[in-house]
Amino acid sequence: MFAPQFDYYRASSVAEAAALLEQHPDSKVLAGGHSLIPVLKLRLAAPSALIDIGRIDGIRGIREEAGRIVIGALTTHAEIAASATLQSGATALSEAAGMIGDPAVRNRGTIGGNVAHADPASDLPAVLRCLGAEFSIAGSSGTRTVDAADFFEGLMTTAVEEHEILTSISLPSGSGGQGSAYAKFSHPASRYAVIGAAASVAVADGVCSAASVALGGLVPAPVRAEAVEDALVGKALSAGAIADAARCVGDSLDDDEVLGDVYASAEYRSAVAHVWVGRALTAAAARCG
Amino acid sequence: MSASTFGSGIRRREDPRLITGSASYTDDITLPGTLHAALLRSPYAHARINGIDTSQAASAQGVVAVYIGADTEGEIAPSPCAWLLPDSGLTIADYHCVARDTVRYVGDIVAVVVAETRHEAYDALDLIEVDYDPLDAVVEPKKAAADGAPQLHAEIAGNQAFHWTVTGGGDIDEAFSQADVVVKETIIQQRLIPNAMEPRATLASYTAATGELTVWNTTQNPHILRFLSSLVIGVPEDRLRVIAPEVGGGFGSKIAAYPADFITMFCSKKLGAPVKWVESRSENYQATTHGRDHVQEIELAATADGKIKGLRATVWAGMGAYLSTAAPGIPTILHGLMLSGVYDIPAIHEDVYGLYTNTTPVEAYRGAGRPEATFMVERLVDLLAAKLGLDPAEVRRRNFIPKFDDGHDVVTGLTYDSGNYDGALSKLLAEADYQQLRAEQAEARKNGRYIGLGLSTYVEICGLGPSQVAGAIGFQGGLWESAIVRFHPSGKVHVMIGASPHGQGEETTFAQIIAGELGVSPDDVKVIHGDTDNTPMGWGTYGSRTTAVGGAALALAARKIRDKAKVIAAHLLEAAVEDMDYDDGKFFVKGSPDSSKTIQDIALMANVAWNMPEGVEAGLEATTFYDPPNFVFPYGAHLAVVEVDAESGNVELKRYVAVDDCGPQINPVIVEGQVHGGIVQGIGQALWEEGVYDDDGQLLTGTMLDYALPRADRLPDIEVHSTVTPSPHHPLGVKGIGEAGTIASTAAVYNAVIDALAPLGVEAVNMPLTPERVWRSIQAAQGRN
Ligand SMILES: Cc1cc2nc3c(=O)[nH]c(=O)nc-3n(C[C@H](O)[C@H](O)[C@H](O)COP(=O)(O)OP(=O)(O)OC[C@H]3O[C@@H](n4cnc5c(N)ncnc54)[C@H](O)[C@@H]3O)c2cc1C
Repeated sequence: MFAPQFDYYRASSVAEAAALLEQHPDSKVLAGGHSLIPVLKLRLAAPSALIDIGRIDGIRGIREEAGRIVIGALTTHAEIAASATLQSGATALSEAAGMIGDPAVRNRGTIGGNVAHADPASDLPAVLRCLGAEFSIAGSSGTRTVDAADFFEGLMTTAVEEHEILTSISLPSGSGGQGSAYAKFSHPASRYAVIGAAASVAVADGVCSAASVALGGLVPAPVRAEAVEDALVGKALSAGAIADAARCVGDSLDDDEVLGDVYASAEYRSAVAHVWVGRALTAAAARCG
Repeated sequence: MSASTFGSGIRRREDPRLITGSASYTDDITLPGTLHAALLRSPYAHARINGIDTSQAASAQGVVAVYIGADTEGEIAPSPCAWLLPDSGLTIADYHCVARDTVRYVGDIVAVVVAETRHEAYDALDLIEVDYDPLDAVVEPKKAAADGAPQLHAEIAGNQAFHWTVTGGGDIDEAFSQADVVVKETIIQQRLIPNAMEPRATLASYTAATGELTVWNTTQNPHILRFLSSLVIGVPEDRLRVIAPEVGGGFGSKIAAYPADFITMFCSKKLGAPVKWVESRSENYQATTHGRDHVQEIELAATADGKIKGLRATVWAGMGAYLSTAAPGIPTILHGLMLSGVYDIPAIHEDVYGLYTNTTPVEAYRGAGRPEATFMVERLVDLLAAKLGLDPAEVRRRNFIPKFDDGHDVVTGLTYDSGNYDGALSKLLAEADYQQLRAEQAEARKNGRYIGLGLSTYVEICGLGPSQVAGAIGFQGGLWESAIVRFHPSGKVHVMIGASPHGQGEETTFAQIIAGELGVSPDDVKVIHGDTDNTPMGWGTYGSRTTAVGGAALALAARKIRDKAKVIAAHLLEAAVEDMDYDDGKFFVKGSPDSSKTIQDIALMANVAWNMPEGVEAGLEATTFYDPPNFVFPYGAHLAVVEVDAESGNVELKRYVAVDDCGPQINPVIVEGQVHGGIVQGIGQALWEEGVYDDDGQLLTGTMLDYALPRADRLPDIEVHSTVTPSPHHPLGVKGIGEAGTIASTAAVYNAVIDALAPLGVEAVNMPLTPERVWRSIQAAQGRN
């Protein structure tokens, strides 16, 4: 199909983009286009204008700053997957980015677009929730920071308001004795997550000193699996302990919220989520150097 | 013979243009003043149309014309069904190209917009207002046959398009009543959606001054499209030219002549301008024909030592809302007649009910009827093995038709040409190291890992076929093929064929046939196809028939050339024709190969004709129309190895080994490519693909986001082997190979998964074997749900 008609503007700065968004009601930000263009082609949306932020230089790339890793919103999935900084400091994120779609999608799609779109089947929201990310959002009235727990509000909705732009995402740099991983049950057609599990664990004196587990794919917005985390902290990360803890994941899933479709029902996803939680934990534990 | 002739794996000459983007598809062709058509399709699976308001669309920017059903009355005849299955009570519902008062599937065409640009045409679709009265829909074939089901066509009782039966051999009821064991299963051959890389497209250009219509179309069979279009559109066949330019795959979905094609022709005729229509991928999913869609109840009778005594089946085949061009023959002739498989089965009976449902019409899809037949037989044989506690390979061996070289009759009435089924299976088991795999499986089970081995030993019918048979089974055309071989003065060759390859590689293999027959380099042979104005009549490319039938025509034409060349050479060498010998492109007097005339020498002389033998015409050219005396029956044995993760239900295909026999291979690399592609499509049915409708007839898998095509990273390397059993009746001994892989592989993978799950007590799972379905079957077998 063909997109309905729209006007096109290319912004050269965040401020210009914010101004253009204000000037054009019903307009949309265009980044990599890998979620927005399909939506337009299927005529599920008909914005009056697209504000292309794709060539704004200041909001792309990965840098370390004051104990945090800062990722520009325009950084592509491929760049995230290939980043040595992220591979060591936020392994789950680079791992998840490397599992997105196919090479074409990873070369064009951006982390900002991925999380702003907030498709429940996206991979990155769960990882960012797991790793405790913060999101910088700019509007005509300035910039604000929102943490992951508040950023993802629900099905395809985030804290980014209509006339705002997500500029960057930051994460605490990983430290020694800590490891993270992402495990994914990918849909055979779309490649999106049917179930995505992100885990980060820290080990001190042979026992788990901290754990963070988040799930995506089967819920409208990523959730932390606190029951799993609680079951792990203070235990040695044996295969048995991980499997037992993973089975607690159901306690963190609200039956009314779990998503299902023709491919995988909600009941099934809930029942097998523990498998991917277990896999993510196992891989994360193995990375605690 | 030189290294690049018959039998060598030279590279496909088609590929450079295809992979560098320099091929020209229908959508790449634009004539000056081309207008663009877009089709408004029904969003309802079943509804009455109370009224259509096109006024806003008609006055929208760029719009040239808007047509609804009433505008086409008397101008476009209903889209024809051209396989009039005899003795089946066939009832054909009128398939109006633009719906009149009722729509019957999501995608049925309701209106047409022609505009100056494609975008304007699409935008104007949104401005058409249709007042629908939704009606109840039925989407499953068995439900469509039930009392009280919504009725699609007022004049057709019980939604039944036909009831066809095949009965052969001994008394079927007796076979079952006297059997030691009976095994049964109900199988759902789910609906599949063919995905050719290139969606369908038509460009039609009518010249009022001459009354000539030229049509570029994504067809697998341009001559059939010309024939049918002349009937539907009323342009005489001599003024109608159909060109299939580069066609990006079809898999059967481009056999049919479609309403959209006729509409585009109608628009061009009406407006006196070229009109182009190109479908979107979503439109392709909704309106280009689908495949399979059977509900099968099957049973097998056997003795206690595993000898098959009878096979009985009832099939409900969903045909969609209307009968597509070749549809009635697919679940019947190409299916029911193949139920003996590679086995000696003394009694067979099948009832097939073709049902109208509120879904996209179903047509041939790679394998077309034969995968559905192979699956039934191969499932039953595995069920029998399980019931008797025998290895599936052993049960197959106890029932194979013994090796034969020149004809074997099966009770369904067919005569298989040649086969050595035990030979193929033995080779497979050796190549795969079956015993070792069984040992590994046993070991894995001890460790709680579920590995399964699945066999599929198949035979298929292709190379369609003798025209007399075509007539007897109601196919409204012939099934012969034609070829013209023309030598130019410089010794270069043009080959014109009536068939229409669209990805299979015959431009290469047909040049190899000429090279093999006449000793020229394949590089000196150009194969021309796909244009009804400069190729001889032919019935098209489907049913693995292009090489099996068209290749035979070509070989015989080449042999006519050789005979004529020999006469000319004898004359030039002042010898008697009987004294002449031929080897690799050279003609010489027996015993004197040093003084010879090459085929190129002869081509030059025949073209200038300065010194021709008495009574011999100038030119070096031959035409053959080849009507095969029988079908060909390729066969083979496949093995799939899978591992099932019992926790999640995920199936991993670990290994796939194939042995296929298509007779002598003209180009083994192309054969391997066809086998690969075919196998993968069959694996797709087993594991991933399913066209799903909800109860209201909405297609839930309407995009590539939902419909899971096979992907390379989910497949193992496919191990391809072969045996060579020539067809006794084909001039080159060759059989078809385009569909064989698909016909075999679904059953192999399915059998492997059931084998893996056997220790868990699982006996059947509906396809595709998604993790959830497998997981649920495990839960149910373990009494957990
Ligand atoms: C074939 C295919 C397979 C895919 N598979 C996966 C997968 O497996 N896993 C997965 O996670 N994703 C997958 N995706 C989605 C992919 O990750 C997208 O790239 C991503 O979701 C969107 O990023 P983008 O830069 O292309 O955004 P766009 O498409 O340009 O924009 C998406 C939305 O976000 C808004 N937006 C974009 N950037 C900003 C910003 N900086 N500030 C505010 N709003 C913004 C846009 O207005 C729009 O609404 C797939 C996509 C395709 C096409």
